[in-house]
This record gives sequence, C-alpha cells and structure tokens, in this order.
Amino acid sequence: MSTLTHAVALTVGSSIGKKALVAVTGAVLAGFVLGHMIGNLLIFAGPDAINEYGHLLQTMLHGMGVWVARIGLLACTVVHVVLTVQLTRENRAARPGRYGYDATIQATRSSRTMIFSGLTLLAFIVYHLMHFTLRVGNEYATYKTTLHGEQVHDVYRMVIDGFSWWPASVFYLIAMAMLCSHLSHGVSSMFQTLGLSTPRTMGTFRMVGRAYAALIFGGNAFIVLAVWFKWVH
Amino acid sequence: MPSLFRNFYLKTSMARTLNLHLKIWRQPGPDAGGWFQEIEASEIPETASFLEMLDIVNQKLISVSGDPVVFDHDCREGICGTCGMVINGVPHGPQRGTTTCQLHMRTFNDGDTIWIEPFRAKAFPIIKDLMVNRSGFDRIMAAGGFISVRTGAAQDANALPISKEAADSSMDAAECIGCGACVASCKNASAMLFTAAKAGQFNMLPQGQPEKHRRVLGMVKTMDEAGFGNCTNQYECEAACPKRIGVRWISKLNRDYTLAVVHDTLLAPVGKGGGEG
Repeated sequence: MSTLTHAVALTVGSSIGKKALVAVTGAVLAGFVLGHMIGNLLIFAGPDAINEYGHLLQTMLHGMGVWVARIGLLACTVVHVVLTVQLTRENRAARPGRYGYDATIQATRSSRTMIFSGLTLLAFIVYHLMHFTLRVGNEYATYKTTLHGEQVHDVYRMVIDGFSWWPASVFYLIAMAMLCSHLSHGVSSMFQTLGLSTPRTMGTFRMVGRAYAALIFGGNAFIVLAVWFKWVH
Repeated sequence: MPSLFRNFYLKTSMARTLNLHLKIWRQPGPDAGGWFQEIEASEIPETASFLEMLDIVNQKLISVSGDPVVFDHDCREGICGTCGMVINGVPHGPQRGTTTCQLHMRTFNDGDTIWIEPFRAKAFPIIKDLMVNRSGFDRIMAAGGFISVRTGAAQDANALPISKEAADSSMDAAECIGCGACVASCKNASAMLFTAAKAGQFNMLPQGQPEKHRRVLGMVKTMDEAGFGNCTNQYECEAACPKRIGVRWISKLNRDYTLAVVHDTLLAPVGKGGGEG
C-alpha cells in the first residue's frame, strides 16, 4: 500500500482521524468567518471603503484569488459536513436503546445541539450565497458605482437593501445565534481534538471559544441591526 | 436519664430507614425485550450500600419465588470495576467519584423514586437485567494495553530513570478500573476516556515507548471496530468516572494518534523503528 493510501486509511478510517479532519476544516471555516466579519464591518467606514474592499477581493491575483478561496472553502465545508453527518450517524448507532431516565451532568447545550446548529448553518449558507453572491431573485447584480474613476459593484447599497427586508434580517440574526452556539463548543473542542489542550490550557481554550463566538455574533448582528435601525443608510 | 434526652439519643443513634419506589430494568436475555419493573423497597436502612439495598430487594423477591434482579458486583470496596449501573440517569449514581458499591442509601430520601438501568451501548450488550458484556474493553486491552517484557533476569529497578512527574501522571491514568461508566455516560457511548487512560498510562513511561505507536493505532482501531461511538468533547465521561480520570488523557490520545499516523506512514517505511517522538 502506498504511503498516501495508508495515511488516508488511517485518517478517514478512524474515529480520531475523522475528528481531526473536522477540527482542521472547522478551524479554516472559523478563521474565515472572522475575516468575513472584519471585511463587512467596513460598512461603518462608508460606501467607498467597503466597495474598494469588495473590488479588491474580486480582482485579487487577476480574479483568481476569489476562486482559490471559494474552492478551498467549498472543499472544507464539504469535508466538515460529510464527516460530521457520518460521525453523528455512528454515534446514534452506538446507543440503540435510550435511557428511561435521561440525565446530563455537565455537557453544555451547544455541545448537544452541534448537528442541529450545523445543519441550520448549512441551510443559511445556501441562502446567503443565493442572496449576495449568486444574487438570485434580486437586482443586486446591476448595482454599480464609480470608484477612482472605475465602475465597480456597489456592495454598500446591496447590503443596505439586503437587510432592509425584515424577514431576511431575522433569518440572519437566527443564523448568527446558531453560529455563536456552534463556535462556542466548536472552537474549544478543536484544541482538544487536535491534542493541543492540556490541564493548564483547557480553561483558557474554553474561554477563548466562548469569547470568539460572542465576538462573531456581536460583529455580524451589529451590521444587521445598524441597517435595520437606519444607523447606516 | 431524663426521657427527653433518652428519646433524642434513641432517635439519633438508630439508623433511619427508607421506603423507596424503584423502577428497575428487567430483561430476561440478550435478545429479549426489556421493561421497567416497579418494585417497592421498604425499610431499607440508610447505612446500606446501594448494592446491599438490591440484595435486600432480591431476598424479598426470592422469598416469594420471584426472579431476582441480576447485577454485576465483586469487591464491593470501589477498586475492582465490576459493579456498575445507571442510577437516575447517571452511572454509579449521584455521588461524584465513587462506584455503585460505595454509594450509600443515605444519599437518597424517604419516598424517592429511583430509576435503575444497565449501561446502555451497542458495544456493551445486555446479558440479563443490569448485567452487561464489557468484553469490548478486554479486546481494546489485548490490542495494545500492555508492555512486552522479555524473560530473563530482571534488570535493576533504578537502572531506568523516570521523573516523578511522569510516574505520578502515569499513575493518574492507571487509576482507571475499567468499569465502563465513561461509555455509559457519554452521549455517544464512546470509549475514548477508557482507551485514552489505558494507552496513556504506558505512553507516559519509558517502558511504554518501544510499542507506543503500535499500541495507539491498535487500541484505537479495536475501539472503533467494537462499535463504540465517537468523542464529541462533552466531558460527561470525566464527570461520571468513579476514579475522576480527566479528559486531558483524551487530548493526549488524540495527539499520540496523530504522531503514530505520521510515524507509521512516513518514518517507519524508511526504517525508523520504535516509538521515538
């Protein structure tokens, strides 16, 4: 057996290996949501700032940069979702008979609802991509503005219009609450799964996970609320 | 002695007794269906251990030609790891850091309803009532939970220096009595805490190094094949463990597994041996 197939068999074929892949892809996705949020917060720096940022992403590496990122993120998402669904099915099969008296000692609510929050996020990602990336059922693709004498996509107007319809905003807020729950368990869990946590660092990683989740929720929800209450318009 | 003091003395010195409403899982055999039998346990002394309470209940069942409740037990002093049942949803009951045999009835109140169930996991098939087959643990041990010692004259014990920290840490893991409470409490019936402790106790020591990678790969593979679930880092195992084995051992097993995969795929094929790293 070649080295590669042997390594793949030991990784994808074992519980710890699968979880390690979930942790690594989760780390990439968690890092992405932070970068995504920081970029979006440029909306508070005015239309030119966020439009220039959008234009930069689209034209980076002669337009290749955005596709490298998209393919990478898609691959991470597919691996993360497929493996977690598989792991969850194995977990359900490992306990065929339920307890008559079901008790929980210290497992957090977010840790027990990871598959629920995760699949809700998957549905949200599909909606979010159709809303702002593929721009299905809206006129956002025609929004143009002039920046440094060049015609670019008007991201600023798209965000304002996108969150002006309250059902969309509510769904975004619900999804961000799910993301907050998912990250509060996922981030600290990542360190444990990759074998990086020790008795000294475990408490710190738990706090880091919760703080990270709160930061992502706060930053993203603030954008939606700012549009809703017309703080930016 | 004045009667007031005498009454007080009698009341405080005599053991309190409890009347309990038990819901006990009954299952005639591995393939039979099970149900909760409701049994009234009366006049149970609060000084009795949980297993002694079941002995009293069984004695009464036998006296009316009933089928006694089957449960595992052996040393009854918290060191053998044989006893184990889920009491009100928690393996070994509500008292932290103790086994079922160390749990005393004074923990409960008169009139309480107590649910008593076997450890539930696909990898721990029920034999009868509260007794389960934990041979999955034996298979994990056989896959690497040992060190190979060659025969011949034993070397001088002081010839192999071991730091106190490593020795203490190894002993922390070696406290595991293999009862299976970690599997029973885990939401996914995962055996990671058991496997991590049993691999970790050897991986900490110099004697465990030559077989370290082989041990980790073998034990994890056998654990997966036995039908246990996957760890989702909820730490229910640590909370239910009667010996308080920490989840830091799971982190170490995860780390050791990654090292073992790297060794097995990249280093071993070019001639590096043993468990260095």
